[in-house]
Amino acid sequence: MTQALDEIKIGGLGASRKRVEDDRFIRGKGNYTDDITLPGMLHMEILRSPLAHARIKSIDASKAWDIPGVHLVLTGEMMATRNLAWMPTLSYDTQAVLATDKVRFQGQEVACVIADDPYIAKDACEAIDVDYEPLPVIVNPKQAVADGAPVIRDDKENQPDNVVYTWEVGDAAGTDRAFEQADVISRLQLHYPRSHPSPIECCGSIADFNRATSKLTVYMTTQAPHIIRAAVALVAELPEHMIRIISPDIGGGFGNKVPVYPGYVCSILASILLERPVKWIEDKTGNLISTGFARDIYLDGEMALRSDGKILGVRMHCDADHGAFFSDAQPSKFKIGLLHSAFAAYDIPVAHLQARGTYTNKAPGGVAYRCSFRVTEAMFFQERMVQAAAGDLGMDQAAFRRMNFVADEDFPHRTPLGFLTDSGQYAKCLDVGLKAVGYEDFRKRQEEARAKGRLLGLGISTMTEPLGAGNSREYDILGIKMFDSAELKVHMTGKAIVRTGARTQGQGHETTWAQIVAHELGIPAEDIVVEEGDTDTAPFGMGTYASRSTPVAGAAVAMVSRKIRAKARKLAAHLLEVSEEDIEWELGRFYVRSAPDRGVTIQECAMAAYSNMPDGMEPGLENTAYYDPPNLTWPFAVYIATVEVDPATGVWDVLSVVAVDDCGVRINPMIVEGQIMGGLTEAYAMANMQFITFDAEGNCVGSNYMDYLLPTAWETPGFELHSEVVTPCPHHPIGAKGIGECAAVGGPAAFVNAVIDALSGTGVRNIDMPLLPDRVWEALTHHRDVSGAPPVRSDD
Amino acid sequence: MTVVYEDLGDEAEGAVPVRRIRFSINGRKMVAEVEPRLLLSHLIRRGVGLTGTHMGCDTTNCGACTVQVDGKPVKSCTMLAVQADGHEITTVEGLAMEGAGGPGGVLHPLQEGFKEEHGLQCGFCTPGMMMAAKALLDENPDPTEEDVRWALSGNLCRCTGYQNIVKSVLWAAAKLRSESAG
Repeated sequence: MTQALDEIKIGGLGASRKRVEDDRFIRGKGNYTDDITLPGMLHMEILRSPLAHARIKSIDASKAWDIPGVHLVLTGEMMATRNLAWMPTLSYDTQAVLATDKVRFQGQEVACVIADDPYIAKDACEAIDVDYEPLPVIVNPKQAVADGAPVIRDDKENQPDNVVYTWEVGDAAGTDRAFEQADVISRLQLHYPRSHPSPIECCGSIADFNRATSKLTVYMTTQAPHIIRAAVALVAELPEHMIRIISPDIGGGFGNKVPVYPGYVCSILASILLERPVKWIEDKTGNLISTGFARDIYLDGEMALRSDGKILGVRMHCDADHGAFFSDAQPSKFKIGLLHSAFAAYDIPVAHLQARGTYTNKAPGGVAYRCSFRVTEAMFFQERMVQAAAGDLGMDQAAFRRMNFVADEDFPHRTPLGFLTDSGQYAKCLDVGLKAVGYEDFRKRQEEARAKGRLLGLGISTMTEPLGAGNSREYDILGIKMFDSAELKVHMTGKAIVRTGARTQGQGHETTWAQIVAHELGIPAEDIVVEEGDTDTAPFGMGTYASRSTPVAGAAVAMVSRKIRAKARKLAAHLLEVSEEDIEWELGRFYVRSAPDRGVTIQECAMAAYSNMPDGMEPGLENTAYYDPPNLTWPFAVYIATVEVDPATGVWDVLSVVAVDDCGVRINPMIVEGQIMGGLTEAYAMANMQFITFDAEGNCVGSNYMDYLLPTAWETPGFELHSEVVTPCPHHPIGAKGIGECAAVGGPAAFVNAVIDALSGTGVRNIDMPLLPDRVWEALTHHRDVSGAPPVRSDD
Repeated sequence: MTVVYEDLGDEAEGAVPVRRIRFSINGRKMVAEVEPRLLLSHLIRRGVGLTGTHMGCDTTNCGACTVQVDGKPVKSCTMLAVQADGHEITTVEGLAMEGAGGPGGVLHPLQEGFKEEHGLQCGFCTPGMMMAAKALLDENPDPTEEDVRWALSGNLCRCTGYQNIVKSVLWAAAKLRSESAG
């Protein structure tokens, strides 16, 4: 008669356990960076450039210094005397902290003021006089490489032009041959517009240098505290052990809170100089105009097709607009991130991808916003090309995808661009999605509606993505390998604390990591507290972004729990006075195989670790695990959207959204669904209304919430989520895969494909996102594709 | 009450106007000396020290700063502290006190609903959402999903996709109705 605990009851795997972190947030007792006050704290504000490209002739801060309550005014010149005007980026480039010779994008940091109070600091910023000499402005890659284009990065040696890198992967010659064999070649050119993660909470830091102890503590909105500690050690030339980075509660990250921003560096220097805590909290305009944006990349893609629909080869050329500095956080070997994961779910024999990155007079970045290192771009390009190809062939969208999917029995599968996928049931996911949306029936209704002049559309998008960067053979950031860690301490009464090197920003780690421990050890999840974010106490990890936490840190939690269980087994044998070989485990309990009623609970083992150890055993029940993943994990999803387009206005409404997500084993189904819905909303936002663009002078359009449109509860559609398909990850200790970004990766194409489908018959093959009403109207009225690339016309 | 601050000289002190205001916040009567340009949200966060009301934008769009003034929902970043003179402010920290069972520690059904229905992830928009939802339920105890979405259209969320927020509010509405019926 088993005495195993009920896994769901104790909050193990599969339990939709209510969240631990909610208790403080619903009471308004969260601890976000701006909520923290330190004794003697001063406030910092940043002065930003109004021009996109200009030489700085002079800066006069004398009036600012004169304002009562101002303690320090920092300029690039002052930073330069301390070698801090420029800092290294996470992509082996350099970035200005405060501008010295030129400003290179509108909103760039030019000076900062530290004062008693943020209002005084803002007053003082306005009193600083900067004399600019405007220079010609570049707002897209075409301008960047045109003859006679000004060199933006004339601060760099060996930088004669505006090209950051070129990169390629795949088989160029083989792909050319495939194209020679093609019956049909389908070509698509599009722009994935600049977007911004825009979590509601902006970035900020409180730097506190303690002269008495020589220790620097920085509270910071960061998704990767250990990376920041290393970066600060490098930039500020302080010893690593005297730096403590604390990431308190974070109000949303989405990749925006990974890079090192000039504001952080200035607040640190100010604290060191003034020997007082210095708080810097940016405003929304600062966040949107200067921090890590996402996307802004051009695709020129071609697909070689056989007339029966088989894809023979794919060619992609991608032009990435990086802004003024190459500052992405991304694996160093892959200049364009994991864009070459495109088409991983399709059985394509050969492919070739070429990429180029350019500098422009815009904020720096490119890798952010739930992108999994540019997989958002990869999957969007993929599904837009697939849509166009099926249309060019006159084939049904679902049938075309189905016939080209990698079959279930063909794993492991090596993709033509160098990835190894290991598991999936792609056709089954598609079947579930099509059934849920009522595919056949919809096509009938679509035809009937068209006869009456109503435009209904259905869009399919599929995605698979490499999540859990990453194995040490291929993945590193600035040379540091991308492993992660978990430390588990079981106390004498069987309660426990687990700390990891990840950093939750709403994904629910305080709830879910405890669930993994409960699964492995039978300790109820409510008896386990989870902590992350303080580099003095958390084991080393590379932080939370790119959906890597469940795959890597979660795996570490499972592995350290198993180390604890292995030791507990020895203790059990000692307590039960049998040899270890006679011991069996069931959830929460060890027992004697030949006498199952004789057993000890995990709690009794814990007590024994402190009070009754066998001879020769180290006391205590605590351990740490560092996990170097053998491979990435590959969730798969199908997203289907149906829409109706109003032909008179170009406005489109969403009728339904169906999501079928296969992310392997789900630790907490409720939390997984929350992640999917969040991602689908961001997908809808990008498809419908949200983007940042620039006019010909480099003025940023979309630097505040009046211009940068986020959907509210009113516009956002409802979502129907499906979880029937579960393909466990073959190499993850609990069979889980990443999920946090999947819907943002795969979602946008579902909406765009739906609108394009609604317009079928007009010959329109592409409208750039966002599909604003005027763009849709232009397309369907004039029967032409519509681009959205900058510069936006000033008469728009 | 002792207040200590840096002496910036007579000229500095003369240059900055100060107004004395009286208001109540979550039932507590307070006095404050503020600059006329001080935002109500800053009075709440830095003056009174209640940091549950958050600031997420600079254009009145996000709603994270939503509080109630005399029972009506207000974006506290778009109101000056001096305008609160003589008025009653309720913030998220005051929700629990209004909950069934009396002051302190007992959650308002809205707070319970957000936890039950996974209506929050990072938690940053949550206080504003709950205060806006409270204003809706004060007026309309039996809203439809559409009513809820419309009422919350002044509050932005990046994490949840709103679906569970709507469920949370409907959960709270149901609980409030059953409490007043029973």
